[in-house]
Amino acid sequence: MDSQVIATQPTSAHGEHGHSPHLRHHFATVAQQREAASFGMWLFLLTEIMFFGGMFTAYLIYRNWYYPAFVAGSHWMIMWAGTLNTTVLICSSFTMAMGVYSAEMRNRKALLRYLFITLCFGIVFLGIKAYEWHDEWEHHHVPGLNFSINDFTHVDQRYPQDKPLAPDMAEKTQAYFSLYFMLTGVHALHMLVGVSILVVLLFHAWRGAYTTGHMTTIENFGLYWHFVDIVWIFLFPLLYLISRHQ
Amino acid sequence: MSSTSIVLPDQQTATMPKRSYLNSSYGLKSWLLTLDHKRIAILYLITTVFFFMIGGTAAALIRLNLLTPGGELMSADTYNKVFSIHGLIMVFFFLVPIAPAVLGNFCIPLMIGAKDVAFPRLNLTSWYLFVAGGLLELYTIIWGGIDTGWTFTTPLSTHYVNTHVISGAMGIFVAGFSSILTGLNFIVTIHRLRAPGMTWFRLPLFIWSYYATSIIFVLATPVIAIALALVMLERFTGIGVFDPAKGGDPLLFQHLFWFYSHPAVYVMILPGMGVMSEVVACFSRKRVFGYTAVGFSSVAIAVFSFFVWAHHMFIMGISNYSALVFSLMTMLVAVPSAIKIFNWSSTLYKGSISFDTPILYAFSFIGLFTIGGLTGVFLAALGMNIHLTETYFIVAHFHYVMVGGMVSAVMAGLHFWWPKITGRMYPEMLGRLAASILFIGFNLTFFPQFILGYMGMPRRYHAYPPEFQILNVLSTAGASVLAIGYILPGIYLLWSLKYGKIAGSNPWRAPGLEWQVQSPPLEENFIETPVVDFEAYDFEWLAKHENEVQTVG
Amino acid sequence: MTEPTRHDQLDLEPTLYEHHVVSPKVYLGVFGALLCFTALTVAASYLELGVFNAVVAIAIAVTKAVLVILFFMHIRYSSRLLKLTVASGIFTFLVLITLTLSDYISRAWGLW
Repeated sequence: MDSQVIATQPTSAHGEHGHSPHLRHHFATVAQQREAASFGMWLFLLTEIMFFGGMFTAYLIYRNWYYPAFVAGSHWMIMWAGTLNTTVLICSSFTMAMGVYSAEMRNRKALLRYLFITLCFGIVFLGIKAYEWHDEWEHHHVPGLNFSINDFTHVDQRYPQDKPLAPDMAEKTQAYFSLYFMLTGVHALHMLVGVSILVVLLFHAWRGAYTTGHMTTIENFGLYWHFVDIVWIFLFPLLYLISRHQ
Repeated sequence: MSSTSIVLPDQQTATMPKRSYLNSSYGLKSWLLTLDHKRIAILYLITTVFFFMIGGTAAALIRLNLLTPGGELMSADTYNKVFSIHGLIMVFFFLVPIAPAVLGNFCIPLMIGAKDVAFPRLNLTSWYLFVAGGLLELYTIIWGGIDTGWTFTTPLSTHYVNTHVISGAMGIFVAGFSSILTGLNFIVTIHRLRAPGMTWFRLPLFIWSYYATSIIFVLATPVIAIALALVMLERFTGIGVFDPAKGGDPLLFQHLFWFYSHPAVYVMILPGMGVMSEVVACFSRKRVFGYTAVGFSSVAIAVFSFFVWAHHMFIMGISNYSALVFSLMTMLVAVPSAIKIFNWSSTLYKGSISFDTPILYAFSFIGLFTIGGLTGVFLAALGMNIHLTETYFIVAHFHYVMVGGMVSAVMAGLHFWWPKITGRMYPEMLGRLAASILFIGFNLTFFPQFILGYMGMPRRYHAYPPEFQILNVLSTAGASVLAIGYILPGIYLLWSLKYGKIAGSNPWRAPGLEWQVQSPPLEENFIETPVVDFEAYDFEWLAKHENEVQTVG
Repeated sequence: MTEPTRHDQLDLEPTLYEHHVVSPKVYLGVFGALLCFTALTVAASYLELGVFNAVVAIAIAVTKAVLVILFFMHIRYSSRLLKLTVASGIFTFLVLITLTLSDYISRAWGLW
């Protein structure tokens, strides 16, 4: 029997799409398939919102309970690194958007260029993040593995205006650093996944895969990349900028 | 077709179609790499039944141990592990996947006139994730078990037990992604792949309730994923999100856990309600009374489910004021549930009911779910809750909903669609017998537990005061009847695979789209994309089009 | 061709995918705005604003996120279905936060 029922369907206004080689058999039109793919991607991003949502809830509660500890903890964040990383991610989001645009314009060279720049930004972000984590490890700020409350119970010459915390409250800086490592860690994991996918996408784009009209993959990856950027847009003020003026 | 009883289509002349999804390709590889939603449903059926047997064995051990007040069969530690296994396996590896992943995968594309789900590869991936999660869970069980109960309550799970919490939680984490992908797939399929003319209000109510279920999957599951990830990391590296010594709040874990697990409880009943609508309409030969009300009540249950979770925590130190709010919201859930029960009853009223196996299971659903639901209202009341929570009353309550409700509905659905899935009928008399045994066994097992709980017997203990023994013996006796009620269908359904009568395409004369194609269906479901110009449950339309079945060969 | 085909049905769907190419100028504008807001939020955190430090930081972050969602992620040009999807995600997240906080805020009421 003929399993290609779609081909026997009467072709109307959308008929020219009916024979697209990218159309999977259970979809009737390319538009339907494309909308399904982007709807599916958005539903996946919903699950991501809720996944980070659990940690943001914890952050909100503990920040209100242990505000002095959170202030003290955030003063140990490296400001230039955080600001730079925010800028890097925003730039990468822009180049990613331009990449999607290039695919739309069927411009293979521009697509390759933008994807490559995005990839570089992603790697730079991860490098700076790794540097920060290393710094926190050196200062014994990693709860569970390598933590000491010393920095918070004594005045440090680098932060002379910070009053030392009572030992009880100083212990609570671990709540801050636990959430810091969870949030930035899970975020970095998403970046790592994104960077790995980008490498694959670059390879396919180099062979001309996304510049012939079928660009769902690039579009959906773009959505993912922007989402990871949005998470960082929230992490930056929540973790680095708690009352810098004190 | 007389109006009082259905005459099954002539079984003698029905033949198996030459080509179907079952014989379109052969070999293990064609099954393990299949992208066909119907085959994936069968893969899920096999794996979930396997896990049901493990969970059932654990249940049998629990009941045997409780035969005597001293708990002579097992030590307290072993008992803890056994009830944890029972809970984990039954909740995450049987009840959550059985209806969506088996019946949903099989029926949703057929019912809406689609060739497959929207993302077939994702569908297969979700099965592999489920198997991976299941293997981790089996590893946990075999290499020493886990004794946190299915709730992983902190700080017990993070600080005080030395069992395999990490691998156990990891298994749930991985299986969680499986349900997320299934839910995502269903939502996109229902939105995007409906056949021409299949509007939202022409959809079978089955689809409405599976849509509601999928919303819960997508929005709630990630929260338990992060909660369990935090528990695992707390054990593994010692970060302190739930550790009071480091400023964490153990109760926050429960907030996150129940934010998923309460909606998940509705995941374990909503699909059953979808099956009920189909079965009740078909066997009373009437359109479901109040179609829109039943459809929207499914969505309402899904939405309410996100507002009630803290009723699991009333005695755990949450604020009295927010407990009031959660108590009120919980009682509100009774409204959409009651709408459904009343509407099914009204559908049955003056219908031409034929007492076949699926409707017998549906009857036990109506009765048992009503008891389970109403005791839920008792438990939602703050004062009653303090007396009854953490006793066998709770155990009986949720077993009435989960087993009496959901498992009955799953059995109804399995029998109802068995001819469609396999092309063969199960033996009807044995089916009715099994349904009756299940009903009797179930009530014998769990009704005594209501009384035990009310008298104050706490749950999760391996021993109890001797004055509770009579009721416990009764419950254990009931459990053995219940076991027969499960084993019997297992045997005759397997038997019917080879020896069952050939069903023909529409043995129940049901009006759904899935019955208008041959049984078992073709790999591509429909030869031509169907055009829907009739309402759901339109038996008059069916009478006119009875012989227009799509078949090959 | 009297019977509606799936193509026709999709045309009738109110949520039909409308393809809209966003021009690079819009992207560039959004990009500039995002960088400005980043500078602004850093600057604001060094000012003493009391409780409003947190409010300003969150408000700026939300604005940035909305810009990214609307333009980089094309939601402004997308179907109602996708808009609703995004809204439902944010709504559920808010339910999680507010109902959890309803417990934490009121726990000590009446105990002082």
